[in-house]
Amino acid sequence: MVIINFKTKDGQVISTEGRKGSLMELARDNNVKGIDGDCGGVCSCATCHIYVAPEDTDKFPTASDIEKDMLEFEDNTTEHSRLACQLEINESLNNITLTVANE
Amino acid sequence: MDDPFEEARLERGYEQIDDQNDPVVMVLRHKDVRKCAHQWKTFQSGAKPGRIVVPSEVNIRDTRQIPFEVDPPEHGAYRALMEEWFRRPLLPDYEASLTDIIDDIIDGALQTNNLEVVEQFALPLQSRALTLLLNIPHEESEVWISWGTHVFRSDDTKLDASKATILYDYIDTQIEKAISLPGDDLYSKLLASDFQDRKLTKEEVKGVMILTFAGGRDTIINYVTNTIAYLGNHPEALQLIKEQPEICNRAVEELVRYFSPLTHMGRVVKEDTYVCEHAILKNTRISLCWASANRDASVFEHPNEVVLDRKVNPHVAFGFGTHKCLGATHARQLMKVLLKSLSKKVQSIKIIDQKENVEEWGTINRKVGYDALNVSFHSN
Repeated sequence: MVIINFKTKDGQVISTEGRKGSLMELARDNNVKGIDGDCGGVCSCATCHIYVAPEDTDKFPTASDIEKDMLEFEDNTTEHSRLACQLEINESLNNITLTVANE
Repeated sequence: MDDPFEEARLERGYEQIDDQNDPVVMVLRHKDVRKCAHQWKTFQSGAKPGRIVVPSEVNIRDTRQIPFEVDPPEHGAYRALMEEWFRRPLLPDYEASLTDIIDDIIDGALQTNNLEVVEQFALPLQSRALTLLLNIPHEESEVWISWGTHVFRSDDTKLDASKATILYDYIDTQIEKAISLPGDDLYSKLLASDFQDRKLTKEEVKGVMILTFAGGRDTIINYVTNTIAYLGNHPEALQLIKEQPEICNRAVEELVRYFSPLTHMGRVVKEDTYVCEHAILKNTRISLCWASANRDASVFEHPNEVVLDRKVNPHVAFGFGTHKCLGATHARQLMKVLLKSLSKKVQSIKIIDQKENVEEWGTINRKVGYDALNVSFHSN
């Protein structure tokens, strides 16, 4: 089991535990505020926008062009932005803290 | 279903059409559609009521649809009043009620040898499901079913003012009823809402309700009817959903991409600009062609095939950006429950007869659904 923390826009940190699936599914199933996952994870809605801390960037594969294109038109996008639906849970993420981009 | 926009999309990226002497430049490429949707300051929704709809409704409607025909920041303020209500379809009780409605309609369909899907399946399904979104008694759906398949359109004319009046008068009456006797329904919820230190006016509530009725009627009917036709023609797809129910979510997204029940939506241009190196003048119209963008081969592999478990699917069938569809949560839940219930109860669907509903956009003809589709359902 991997522990993953989500820091929401209002400053709350929600600690979750997951084994497999995407970070969007994990956040949505744990009612993390600001992660809606409207499209269920097919990269169509950008309602799972998160920031990955610079020191954790290497723990994830680089974003696909389609993910980058989605983020290009999203509010609050920075160089640390990712879509949680495109990121899979794995062992290297244990105890990571991710920041939710939207309210 | 063919992609009638491919040639124009590849050659120039846009298509010019006339619409009641108010021409429209249809934007066809996926990237351009998303870019224009994002640029709400240049491509406006808050124009004269009815003008961003294609065909234009300026001659049959004065009421502004809210939040659809409003630009930021007011758009966001209106939308904030409604977001939570329109996310109710995710609640377990809502899903259970929706499942009961759809199971009942499928059970009825299994009892007949010749089912006309548009009138006898899709319309009742859409109407009964809408009672959940409005949180009103299911019996009210019988009134809406009696209006027929098109609120605004009759068979021989694109815009039918007399049919539009039926809806507007009905909504006026329901608003007065909710004022007299407030309940837990959407009318009452809107009437009680605080907006910028005041209550919403009756005209504003009417604008939200027109959008709720009109935006989710033909679109859901087209989606449901196309899905039944597709499953009839592709029994292996129904089998795949039976064997792998976990793909239901991806299947919903893929079918809505492929069918794109709403072909396009307009915007009014606020300043002289360019789209695809084509000059667009201030106060003219463009449209964001979701149906074309959803077949763009630069984004989607095998765009003209249904890949039910398509993993990455950045479709724009529910719009894109600020004005993405407010009813999408309801629509997605309806589509998911429909696929699940069909896969549980139906073994095969036989197509008996069909009459396609083909839209004409200038020289381009697009099949958007069916005027009639006769089938028989066969149980497990």
